Amino acid sequence: MGDKTMTADEAVSRLESGMTLGVGGWGSRRKPMALVRALLRTAITDLTVVAYGGPDVGMLAAAGRIRKLVAPFATLDSIPLEPHFRTARESGSLELMEIDEAMFMWGLRAAANRLPFLPVRAGIGSDVMRVNPGLRTITSPYEDESTGLRETFVAMPALRLDAALVHLNRADRAGNGQYLGPDPYFDDLFCEAARTAYVSCERIVDTAELTKAAPPQTLLVKRLNVSGVVEAPGGAHFTSCVPDHDRDEAFQRLYASMPWPEFAERFLGGDEQTYRTAVRTWHEEQS
Amino acid sequence: MSEVTVGGVTAGGVSVGGVSVGGVTRAEYCVIACAEAWRGDGEVLASPMGPIPSTGARLARRTFSPELLLTDGEALLVGPDGAPEGWLPYRQHLALVTGGRRHVMMGASQIDRFGNQNISCVGDWERPTRQLLGVRGGPVNTVNNPVSYWVPRHSARVFVEKVDMIGGVGYDSAAAAGPTATRFHRIPRVVSNLGVFDFATEGHTMRLASLHPGVTVEEVVAATGFELVIPDDGVPYTREPSPAELELIREDLDPKGLRDREVRS
Repeated sequence: MGDKTMTADEAVSRLESGMTLGVGGWGSRRKPMALVRALLRTAITDLTVVAYGGPDVGMLAAAGRIRKLVAPFATLDSIPLEPHFRTARESGSLELMEIDEAMFMWGLRAAANRLPFLPVRAGIGSDVMRVNPGLRTITSPYEDESTGLRETFVAMPALRLDAALVHLNRADRAGNGQYLGPDPYFDDLFCEAARTAYVSCERIVDTAELTKAAPPQTLLVKRLNVSGVVEAPGGAHFTSCVPDHDRDEAFQRLYASMPWPEFAERFLGGDEQTYRTAVRTWHEEQS
Repeated sequence: MSEVTVGGVTAGGVSVGGVSVGGVTRAEYCVIACAEAWRGDGEVLASPMGPIPSTGARLARRTFSPELLLTDGEALLVGPDGAPEGWLPYRQHLALVTGGRRHVMMGASQIDRFGNQNISCVGDWERPTRQLLGVRGGPVNTVNNPVSYWVPRHSARVFVEKVDMIGGVGYDSAAAAGPTATRFHRIPRVVSNLGVFDFATEGHTMRLASLHPGVTVEEVVAATGFELVIPDDGVPYTREPSPAELELIREDLDPKGLRDREVRS
């Protein structure tokens, strides 16, 4: 098995401006923030970002790296509205494909299954159809058994990704990724829908170690879908990554209230180690 | 829904075990009104959004709708004691929505007379004056499983003539979209801090179904930005909580009184 370990900077060096980038996690939960921070250290821009949006979307939008966002929402969970997503939308600087949570999932699923679309009972009747005039419908070739009707569904187009970024609890050097929290979110699906996928994790362990204390169904991401593995302890910070760490609520409140240029200057000017030191210093100042 | 008097209960005061526990707060009427949304639903997932709907759902489960399933707000289905009885990660939750065995109570930043709901943005979608959450799961929810709504601060800014972005599909929008949208579409009720509303009218337009005690029809009309249907034969009050229900709410389900922070008396 090939050793796919690399640094976060090496991982993002494989990305290019103009790419369609899927970001795993959900809201402010298990977001691959170390990879996002590494991305912010590059000049990569003009991205189409596909995400159940959280601060990943907020930071990339604030830094002006997103050309187009594909998302059903952006939120910090304990803080309902993502401040920089709001600013970007209210200034008209963010092109948005706003779709429903389930449509989003079926779009990834279509891509993972190499299908051009999947039919969904979602979006129909809502303004998702109005704001996405490119969305098409498809009429079932089968008559419904109970109604006799051939229903018309939204044909959710595949959300194909050039690259996916996800953060998991553990991985081995070959790219087998494991989640240990209650919800896998859609991280496996992001990797399956992408040409390349980069998995950061709290800790890289030997393959045999993965199933010593956890059942095999926690092995969410398979190495055949993974291009690079990055060990990034606290790599989801300030989003949650249970059971390794909870969301850093105090720091999230700071992120949500501090003007972006100040936040970027104080916390994002250096590498990941510098970020962690700056966060620790800030916490010490608070106590 | 009619005004109910339960042994020893009078408007504004309740006795539990012979001891007066003081007046029923507006928030507690809201809990009762939310709980009633899940009455008779059977073995389905109750998905409340917000403190008062959550207390209502748990009250329904502990009393008149014991078959309901509830989550811990994350990926576990939990019993009344909090012990896990199942696993429901987002991927399964979204599948459960489309299977229909679920009744959700969502919030609404805007809602109109046909029950179209908006939590996405205020103003022109292209460049909103106020970006909110996004449509989230409104579109898939409303055409697949029953969707009720909860509005903690009833005002003409929420109850609007026309919503700026339809996420949750209302009756007129579903009808216009055709059978795929109408087949499983149902909005059982809207609960606000002023009363309970439904769509049991000829044109499926919003009707005042009950007033929380202490609220007048005039107050509701003044706080609503469209013409509500007001039944000619009078509007009942939201039912009183039973002493046992009140005790459950106050001692067990919401001892910290989160309900009173969401809706002040």
